[in-house]
Amino acid sequence: MSLAGTRWGLALAILVAAFCVTSATPGLAQTATPDASGEGAESSSPKKDVLTIPIILAREKIDKPLPLSLLDLPPADDGIAGAQLGLKDNNTTGAFVNQEFILDVVEDADPDKLIKDVLAKVEGGAQLIMADVGPDTLVKLADTVAGKDVLIINYGAADDRLREEDCRPQVMHTAPTRAMIADALAQYLVWKKWRRWFLVLGPKKEDKLFADALRRAAKRFGAKIVEERTFTYETGNRRADGGFEQVQQQIPTFTQEAPDYDVLVVADEGNLFGDYLPYRTWDARPVAGTAGLVATSWHPAIEVWGGTQFQNRFKRMANRSMRPLDYNAWMAARIIGEAATRKSSGSYKDLAPFIKSADFELAAFKGVRLTLRDWNGQLRQPVPIVSPKLLVSVSPQPGFLHQFTVLDTLGVDKPETKCAAFTQ
Amino acid sequence: MRFKVGSSSTLGVCVALMVSTPAALADTAFVTNEKDNTVSVIDTEKLEVIKTFKVGQRPRGIILSKDGKWLIICASDDNIVQIYDSRTYEFIKSLPSGPDPELLILHPSGNPLYIANEDDNLVTVVDIKQGKILTDIPVGVEPEGMGMSPDGKVLVNTSETTNMAHFISTVTNKTFDNVLVDSRPRVAIFNHSGSQLWVSSEVGGTVTVINPADRKIVGKINFKIPGITREAIQPVGVRITKDDKKAYVALGPANRVAIVNTETLKVEKYLLVGQRVWQLAFTPNDKLLFTTNGTSNDVSIIDVDRQKVIKSIRTGRYPWGVVVAPF
Repeated sequence: MSLAGTRWGLALAILVAAFCVTSATPGLAQTATPDASGEGAESSSPKKDVLTIPIILAREKIDKPLPLSLLDLPPADDGIAGAQLGLKDNNTTGAFVNQEFILDVVEDADPDKLIKDVLAKVEGGAQLIMADVGPDTLVKLADTVAGKDVLIINYGAADDRLREEDCRPQVMHTAPTRAMIADALAQYLVWKKWRRWFLVLGPKKEDKLFADALRRAAKRFGAKIVEERTFTYETGNRRADGGFEQVQQQIPTFTQEAPDYDVLVVADEGNLFGDYLPYRTWDARPVAGTAGLVATSWHPAIEVWGGTQFQNRFKRMANRSMRPLDYNAWMAARIIGEAATRKSSGSYKDLAPFIKSADFELAAFKGVRLTLRDWNGQLRQPVPIVSPKLLVSVSPQPGFLHQFTVLDTLGVDKPETKCAAFTQ
Repeated sequence: MRFKVGSSSTLGVCVALMVSTPAALADTAFVTNEKDNTVSVIDTEKLEVIKTFKVGQRPRGIILSKDGKWLIICASDDNIVQIYDSRTYEFIKSLPSGPDPELLILHPSGNPLYIANEDDNLVTVVDIKQGKILTDIPVGVEPEGMGMSPDGKVLVNTSETTNMAHFISTVTNKTFDNVLVDSRPRVAIFNHSGSQLWVSSEVGGTVTVINPADRKIVGKINFKIPGITREAIQPVGVRITKDDKKAYVALGPANRVAIVNTETLKVEKYLLVGQRVWQLAFTPNDKLLFTTNGTSNDVSIIDVDRQKVIKSIRTGRYPWGVVVAPF
């Protein structure tokens, strides 16, 4: 209080002085009053040195056909908005510990140009990168910065090979892998006793990879693929004036004469035909996989474990719902923020070993602490099982046990890993 | 019928004189049911629900006014704080709060009220008599736990995503220190002498004990329960006995309440309670401890002297907060 008193005294002195000097213009003296006290309030809390921590967001603009549903059209800032919320959360904390995080988005459709631009940032001192790029680009980017003080967090690519044979020591992953997604779904279907699967896969490379993950999961958890068909019809443009008339005929025919099955499981990562399947199959069966009942890292209707506030915060900022890519990006930004706050540092040398260590944990609205697998840098996480509008369940399912953590029942486990580089 | 000391004082005094142990005096526990939008009223002598009444949407944090006349309840989905008569259960009035109020605490003088507003990184200070917001205090992301020093000078708020205990002066309504704790801090509570501050970290799985005088961490409590995975151990509610000797910690989906020695900071015992145990409240004489078990829709009652669970009582769906009134 005495300090405030002194300040008022000072302000008064200034005011008196100002009044003496400009006694001919009392109006001026009046306006000086709030200014003087305002400045006094500012100077009472001198700013400490703020540590600025730049985060590079590398994004490869990959040209993809549009998904079927108007509801699924990707927003221009898909993923980026999640990163921005992560930065905002980091900065709220940062305000208490004198850290400021800055997001620098680098985008390009040409992977070589993208890598060149990121490298320029690295040479300019950037050490922390979060990436939403294709699997080949990720490997190339990691090899380009190999040996430098650079941490890459992959939040986009679900490819298991990036955590296995193509793993890199400086790369960590928040995006769940296809194997994790398939295992999460398989556990739920098996828990539901829907063990006989009719697998329908699309013709694309990614669809084949997810089908592989589903076959692996079926074997792992005791389901059986009783029929397998590839959807080879040309899907065409996502809309025409009409369209449903033909689809209504096409899908029953396509799914006709299958052996008896419990659930149709579809692998169509681009959502180019999968959403045609529910309610149109020859037999009255539920649909799961990439359409119908879906395993995913996030869903805009998740409200458990404090998720409501998180969803609201995102919506207020981005004017839209949070998508899985946004969530994966938020986790990547928060991993960096959490490590920087705990270590009071923004440098690779302090952060990378800590993030890799058993001491690191992330709270990410999944009800449990999330940690990194120390053999390949993959973030362990419960995986929500969702219907189009609601959370249905969360895997791992009860009864699927593990000697260390049940979260490792999802995806490739330590004894099976092909990753040798990460622990070197 | 149960006797109400407040409404018929002569009779109440007679009853008090007739019974030998203070434990026999009936208190009343109030439990908010998050999913049902109700409060269950429990007679602590009969150990049964005597009334269930409707309140606002998603009731969570619940406290009593200093004079015991008001029940003050966070109606989270209505974005308000509601006040009910603690004896007649009639609605009295609403207090303004920020969005999504969750936990609250009163200044020891009885006014003002401090509310953690999870949705906008603020602690809101409300004059409960005038029903007016006095000020907002900016804190970390998702403020939740609210602890008040016994002398009323220091308010501690925890922020779930920032992972800090924010020390706030109730004189200036400004934060003057911030202590980093483990992930998702949920509850902050001072012991009765004011020499320790306990902060539970739900996702981190630990309880941090801080010396409020210098804000240094004096110890961290880890919990190990055979057959329970580390992920399932999620400390939330903390209550400390009046003699400051024991702390009771609710461990969420581990379905246990830990009894911790406040001097050694060692866990002395785990008590099996209902599922996803979150909040705790002692009866005024410290004889009984009530625990809210969210997913099993009940409260467990612990006999504090015997360190035993003696009963569970069915409540509404997803019981969340609990407070016990001395009447």
